Amino acid sequence: MNWLAVLRNYNGMEEPDDLTPLDPAYQSMLRLQFALVALVLLAGATVAEYFIPGYTGAVWAPVIVFALWLLIRMPMRRYAARGYTLEGERLRVVRGILFRSDTVVPFGRVQHIDVNEGPLERVFHLATVTVHTAGTHNASVSLPGLKREDAMAMREEIRAAIRRDTQ
Amino acid sequence: MTDHPAGMARRTDPRTFAVKAATMLTQLVVPVAIGAVTIFDKGDFGDVAAFYLPLVLLVIAANFAVAYLRWSRLTYEVRESDIRVESGLLSRTARAIPYERIQDVSLEQKFLPRLFGLTEVKFETGAGGGDDLKLAYLSEDEGERLRKVVRYRRDGGVEPDGQAGAADHDEEAAEVLFAMTPGRVLKFGLFEFSLAVVAVIGGAAQQLDFLLPFDLWDLDAWQERIAGPGRWLAGLGVAAQIIGAAVALVFLAVLGLATGLVRTALREWNFRLERGEKGLRRRRGLITRTDVVMPLHRVQALRLGTGFVRRLFGWHSLKVVSLASDSGSANHDAAPFAQMDEIAPIVATTGFALPDSGLPWGRRSARASFDAAMMELALFTMAAVPAYVFSPYPLIALLPLAAGLVAAIRQYYLYRVDRHALGAQFLYSRHGWLSPKTTIGSRIRLQSVEIRQGPLARRRGYAALHLGLAGGTFEIAAMDVADARRWRAEILESIAGTDFSRLVGPVGDPEVSGP
Repeated sequence: MNWLAVLRNYNGMEEPDDLTPLDPAYQSMLRLQFALVALVLLAGATVAEYFIPGYTGAVWAPVIVFALWLLIRMPMRRYAARGYTLEGERLRVVRGILFRSDTVVPFGRVQHIDVNEGPLERVFHLATVTVHTAGTHNASVSLPGLKREDAMAMREEIRAAIRRDTQ
Repeated sequence: MTDHPAGMARRTDPRTFAVKAATMLTQLVVPVAIGAVTIFDKGDFGDVAAFYLPLVLLVIAANFAVAYLRWSRLTYEVRESDIRVESGLLSRTARAIPYERIQDVSLEQKFLPRLFGLTEVKFETGAGGGDDLKLAYLSEDEGERLRKVVRYRRDGGVEPDGQAGAADHDEEAAEVLFAMTPGRVLKFGLFEFSLAVVAVIGGAAQQLDFLLPFDLWDLDAWQERIAGPGRWLAGLGVAAQIIGAAVALVFLAVLGLATGLVRTALREWNFRLERGEKGLRRRRGLITRTDVVMPLHRVQALRLGTGFVRRLFGWHSLKVVSLASDSGSANHDAAPFAQMDEIAPIVATTGFALPDSGLPWGRRSARASFDAAMMELALFTMAAVPAYVFSPYPLIALLPLAAGLVAAIRQYYLYRVDRHALGAQFLYSRHGWLSPKTTIGSRIRLQSVEIRQGPLARRRGYAALHLGLAGGTFEIAAMDVADARRWRAEILESIAGTDFSRLVGPVGDPEVSGP
């Protein structure tokens, strides 16, 4: 067995729990988002290449390698790192590749709910759900990469739960 | 109150105008005086005065007129379901605040209004960012009445008649939980020795030494000054220098002490914490007197603090983390300087409990402490390398090494003293090296639970637990990941039992649902 895999599984966050993955389109959206970043980087590298004398490719090569990693590997990892559950009237959001965070907000503590659709998200029919609590720290927890209809349904579900509790 | 039937728009107290005028005059007098000095310095006193005096008077008159119009156009109205304030000279604004959204009503008396028997009434809505509604100034009686009206209307009770008799009755019913005598305030002031002031004055003395009749840092001058009367001291060059430095240090120490004393006395004079009908009521202050009510059902957590000298004498402070208002004032001092046996009844009144002996205290994760100590040591060691290589004095590399050692020892010490416990209703966390702080939280009054792990923490099996607390933060920096999961499961179980609206709803106290 690979020793790295052993280390990674050691008592870590990788509980055998069934997180719901985000919508696969989220991966494509991330790729598009990173592509824009990569374009900016490449433009910068081109300018640098033009003005700095020396071997052609001294700037391009590392930037291209980084851009490829950004385009191919990064969206996969970020997508795989994120997930959520709605079990037991609680929203649980897990995120982070290096620095993992695992947040649970009980429906009974939600003050209001936002559903946001950015321009890129709209291209892929995605939405971000943000729940706000009265807490000062971690006051709002957002969950990106949901299918638009799923986001709306989630909002309705949380709202129904709140209304039921307050009556 | 008979001349103002409820539900009528009224203005603030007419004396407001006098206070504003007095404030304005004092603000005007200074620039005018400075201007006068610079102008009249050149002679021609009569001519210049004759020319400028009407101008100055005109400016003052215009300011007065604006202040008067402002006052006359600001009206407030106590209505059935909200308070409405209309204001503005050219652009009118009308703001309505429903009683349900008013968290606290606080009264503040600054020095000038206090002379006139006036008070500023602030309605805290929890909007934060200084967006609260203020009414300046009302008479003390009117302020007191408004506070009662708001409280009763909000809680759906019957409005009191607003007679003085009722107010007196309420005063009598209040039970004093904690009060500070002048002696206690002064003792508190001694512990509030201000290092910051010493640093600032020390720095300022260097920058602004021209203001002093002598040079504070000129050791030779000190030598002369001390040696002046007795020539024999001149022979003791080094000793005189040491004496001079000592005098400067004593001077700064006295300054720091005096600043602490004065500041504390101004803030804490005649401190009284009472248990009123609706919550804790705190009054304090010498020149600016503040009067704050903290409703008990809004108390989210308690914080116990101490200082590293005062803890030797058993002095602690108690703060209340309240849901209302922004982060700046969300922590209300409930007892800034008290012994534990004085704090205990206050804690009991808030419905919280001090940790008892049977609690299952958990320690900071040993691995986390070890990792942090090693990381800090490594960082300082890395700083030591260039110091050793490049500095003309290689021994200077010992300095960062010593700092790293201190940091590592601190981590070990934190491992020894940091504690956390999850009781049936409350959770406790104690953190700190020299001046440990204890946070007491309620299991049902938390908003969210988050487990965080960095790459190192993931591999080594510990985590940070961040609890969502309204009005403050509550985190346990490093605990074993299994413990963190257990805590989260148990806390979530408690939270699920009570909906938020029942937590903060003014009607009745929330039922504490133990597991």
